[in-house]
Amino acid sequence: MRTKKPGNYVANFEDHTLASAMPSILTKEDVDRVAELARLELTESEREMFIRQLTDILVYAQQVCELDTTGVVPTTHVLTNQGTLRPDEPRPSLSRKDALANAPDPDTEKGFFRVPKVIK
Amino acid sequence: MTGLPQGVCNIRDAVATGEASAVEICQGYLNRIQTVDKSLNAFNQIEYDTALERATAIDRERVPNDSRLLLGVPIAIKDNICTRGIRTTGSSRILESWIPPYDATVIERLQNAGAIVIGKTNCDEFAMGSSNENSAFGPVRNPWNLERSPGGSSGGSAVAVATEMAAASLGSDTGGSVRQPAALCGVVGLKPTYGRVSRYGLLAFASSLDQIGPLTRTVTDAARMLAVIAGPDSSDSTTSDKPIPNYLKGLTGKLDDLRIGVPRKILAEGVDDKVLQAFDEALETLSSLGVKIREIELPHAQYAIPTYYLIATAEASSNLARYDGVRYTSRVDLEPKVASLSLMYEKTRAQGFGAEVKRRIMLGTYVLSAGYYDAYYLKAQQVRTLIKSDYDTAFNEVDSILMPTSPTPAFPLKKRAHDPLEMYLADVFTVSANLAGLPAISVPCGFTSDRLPIGLQCIGRPFDEESLLRLAHGYEQATTWWTETPPI
Repeated sequence: MRTKKPGNYVANFEDHTLASAMPSILTKEDVDRVAELARLELTESEREMFIRQLTDILVYAQQVCELDTTGVVPTTHVLTNQGTLRPDEPRPSLSRKDALANAPDPDTEKGFFRVPKVIK
Repeated sequence: MTGLPQGVCNIRDAVATGEASAVEICQGYLNRIQTVDKSLNAFNQIEYDTALERATAIDRERVPNDSRLLLGVPIAIKDNICTRGIRTTGSSRILESWIPPYDATVIERLQNAGAIVIGKTNCDEFAMGSSNENSAFGPVRNPWNLERSPGGSSGGSAVAVATEMAAASLGSDTGGSVRQPAALCGVVGLKPTYGRVSRYGLLAFASSLDQIGPLTRTVTDAARMLAVIAGPDSSDSTTSDKPIPNYLKGLTGKLDDLRIGVPRKILAEGVDDKVLQAFDEALETLSSLGVKIREIELPHAQYAIPTYYLIATAEASSNLARYDGVRYTSRVDLEPKVASLSLMYEKTRAQGFGAEVKRRIMLGTYVLSAGYYDAYYLKAQQVRTLIKSDYDTAFNEVDSILMPTSPTPAFPLKKRAHDPLEMYLADVFTVSANLAGLPAISVPCGFTSDRLPIGLQCIGRPFDEESLLRLAHGYEQATTWWTETPPI
């Protein structure tokens, strides 16, 4: 069982400046931690490949940090008048049968998606 | 296809007047697919039976003066758009056998307009890629040169239209995925304004950038497709209720009131000589049609690619979390002794996703993770604001901004596959329109000396597809590039 909680590794982030928060090289631990967050099992060769490739991409992406963005509002909706509302009225939706039709392990009688046991 | 009408508008008119039957047209396209798709791999799924059934019904139900805009028109659909009862995979192993229980809004609209879904087209897995090599079902080949990429991610949709396997197709464009393959295959590709077309039923990649758009042989056909699929949708709250002009009537051929801007500085480096030459010739053609051309600046253009890949991967990592082995067909079963929910997730996702999708999920998870969110994701959203304001400023002076769609013509398969960053740089001219939410179109504007198509990109003001289509149509009518067909 893994015991490390996601997020522990950057517990002291606030002590750093933004620049130092961007490592120029990803470590094996970084990649393992991200894979865990992303729920992806990596092979040894994938891990090696991602250390190299993600480092390349991040180093390239760091040029956005050259820019002074003081006071620039981050884009949330790219165009105005987004987020149209509609009346909150019930409409027909997927039937339980349809929703379960593609499940790998449906309990069609009780209407559940079945998953491996979580509670010991 | 001898003797049968071609193109969206011609087919529709022939079927509406009874000059041709929907069945004979549909059969013609299905025959064409059967003949050539073996060497192209553009289709993941071909709907022989349901397409012909639908064509039969259309012939039977046709009424005099039937006004439906796509009556009897066979259309290919990118395999990341949900079709009820028709397998929809996103070209991913993880959805290999998924059958959507509902239609995307665009599919409903096409069906209501009398269109026939002829098949689902191959693409990069979950639309992530610029070469169509990231498909779980093998790459699509470029019909102009089978050893080259058709572009991506809507490679199959572009090839289907270029080779007359469909009269038109739908693709999705998150960073150029409609326009770039259109350019590399010599067809028209339109990315509408963000919010013009409903995304309901599109397998979400990057929700703030994704937009569905048509690929066609002509601008007129693109205008007709947009007329059918555009408009508000109560199932997608980001759709706009802005009025939809009559796009077809807007194609007046009159261009002398239009002003276009050329960001000359960003074309200085990394653009293939022949692409640049074709682009400059296109400007001369437009100038001779009365279009006023001036140079403009897009000061933050160089930041578009890193900004795009930070935002797109962040959104992708979140959107793809749903493929977890619980609801969508694929699951890796474990020995009961070792089975746990998280192990099932990890193994299912490891086996179901391809390398590029994993890479983007990893990158997106990283940039959203505690401690890095501000430095990468928030920063990128700020730079996105700056990129958009460059365009706002430019549009004070011009009606459209022109540049090549792709810096190079179609590149050899496998050439860039080993280097993800090099592949990302191919999107340099297309990602900005997505970041700024703007409509953009690619139209054929020439060929290299070894007969590879080149595309001209026009970017327009938000929700002004009308002027954009008018400009592209005026250019198209003054040239013959669009009439050329690949040697297959």
